[in-house]
Amino acid sequence: MNAKTADRIATATIIGVASLIVLILAGLLGFILFRGVSHISFDFLTSVPQTIKAGGGIGPQLFNSLFLLLLTLIITIPLGLGAGIYMSEYAKPGRLTDSIRLVVEVLSSFPSIVVGLFGLLVIVNLFGFGFSLFSGALALTVFNLPLMVRITEQSLKGVPREQKEASLALGLSRWKTITSVMLPIATPTIVTGTILAAGRVFGEAAALLFTAGMSSPRLDFSNWNPLSPTSPLNPFRPAETLAVHIWKINSEGLAPDAAEIAAGASAVLVITVLLFNFSARWFGRYLHRRFTATK
Amino acid sequence: MEQPAVMNKKRVQTGSTTRAFAKPHVIEEWVGKVYTALCILVLVITIGAIVYFVSSRGLATFFVDGVSLGGLLGGLKWEPEGDIPLYGALPFIFGSFSTSVLAALMAAPLGMCAAVFMTQIMPGFGKKVLQPVIELLAGIPSVVFGFVGLSVVVPVLRAIFPGQGIGIAAGSIVLSLMILPTITTIATDALAALPRGLKEGSFALGATRWQTIYRIVLPTTLPSLLTGVVLGMSRAFGEALAVQMVIGNSPHIPHSLFESASTLTSAITLDMGNTVMGSTHNNALWSLALILLSMTFVFVFVVRFLERRNKR
Repeated sequence: MNAKTADRIATATIIGVASLIVLILAGLLGFILFRGVSHISFDFLTSVPQTIKAGGGIGPQLFNSLFLLLLTLIITIPLGLGAGIYMSEYAKPGRLTDSIRLVVEVLSSFPSIVVGLFGLLVIVNLFGFGFSLFSGALALTVFNLPLMVRITEQSLKGVPREQKEASLALGLSRWKTITSVMLPIATPTIVTGTILAAGRVFGEAAALLFTAGMSSPRLDFSNWNPLSPTSPLNPFRPAETLAVHIWKINSEGLAPDAAEIAAGASAVLVITVLLFNFSARWFGRYLHRRFTATK
Repeated sequence: MEQPAVMNKKRVQTGSTTRAFAKPHVIEEWVGKVYTALCILVLVITIGAIVYFVSSRGLATFFVDGVSLGGLLGGLKWEPEGDIPLYGALPFIFGSFSTSVLAALMAAPLGMCAAVFMTQIMPGFGKKVLQPVIELLAGIPSVVFGFVGLSVVVPVLRAIFPGQGIGIAAGSIVLSLMILPTITTIATDALAALPRGLKEGSFALGATRWQTIYRIVLPTTLPSLLTGVVLGMSRAFGEALAVQMVIGNSPHIPHSLFESASTLTSAITLDMGNTVMGSTHNNALWSLALILLSMTFVFVFVVRFLERRNKR
């Protein structure tokens, strides 16, 4: 075969495959949104789920997902930032650093179900937190931490050397250099990465099955005392998140409209994750503009 | 004139102590070091605890309950509730391996084509359209993949092929979509990092674009491309809910791709909640988790090996 013909065939094939991928995603999103959006209403988003009757909503689940995400980020961000700073600034090249790097890598590739089992054994049973939002948040922290470390490390590595050295040359301590000079520069990247990671956490279910539980107690949304068991703010109550709910109604849903609820809930989940993605890009760009005075 | 003397004394005192260990920036430096080191320590302790607890539970099956290692790894029958309980996990191991290998086989060519498209053929269009598409695909939660698999892939397979549509084929199709972003992103990075000189040299010799791609670009970046594929496989191997929803969950080695099967993760997901902590059945599930954990280590080391090849 002529080399030019081969080139044309190959190019056409590759372009075909690329458009196929775009089509698949368009079909996927189209299917989820098309099936689901018609079911989304204010009532659907706020009412409680029904076990055997039609017309249940996803109110508590949606709230649980957001609250759990917040708790997870509160625990993950300080830990992840600290560990990331250590890896990028304090770790000396050597065997110890190499093995820590390996640990982070291994931790990030642990299957989420194994993290969930670990949560069940240690956080839920051994520490006695039971099936609760707090246990779920800790399990998600384990799941999210390596990502956060990598994001911090990479964004700190992206800080121009001159700026760091100028600060050190002025006699600032390393810690002061990191917190006052390097972190502000790295913040846009860190924020973007964190929001993207948050999107992943929001959709995670396998790690939560055995930590946050598969049931949601009756919540009283007028009770804002975080210690009361019916209060939505109590972190020590069991909580079924949106992703877990989708899984549950797909595998054991008894309600006659289970398929519609699953479709609606999936659409809500995907829309939220898309919002996270877009806001991450927009917010990162906005912060970059603010911090660097570029237009 | 007592006042100045006192002040003087004080100043001397504070001066000497600060010089010894209380200079503000020395304290600052220590705060930073201790804080970041503690964070790292938490990370290391966590992974140590995961490995320790999962292994102590998973190994109890063999040491406490007397199930033989060979019986678990090679046994064909999983009947924990039978008269003579049998804990043969081979069907699950087979299910996990076949779904993840098939998924990687389907996703790898797609991902590599996408990467070549984005870096070699239409970089502008690829960056603007295909890359966001891939990133969006990466963001879709796994339960949503499972739901779509259940409401689209399974009915389509049921209509075309004999059987119920659930099974390894459905599982690996769903998984291949899930790992496509991983493979594509890593392949794209590898191709973009290729020195320009290599490609330009090939073009200068009169090679067509396709010749350059498959003679120069792909062979040079092969270790990185394989890294992506292995990482994708590792993700597919550990994925639980999306697979569990479409695979059918019967603990047998299926005779075809369209017959109900089971994976390690789906068995754990389904049974863990229904067993009593400490029972043999429960411990056997922990052994399955231990297999998953050890496979993670295998995948990580394969990736490391490939990366080392790549650096050379």
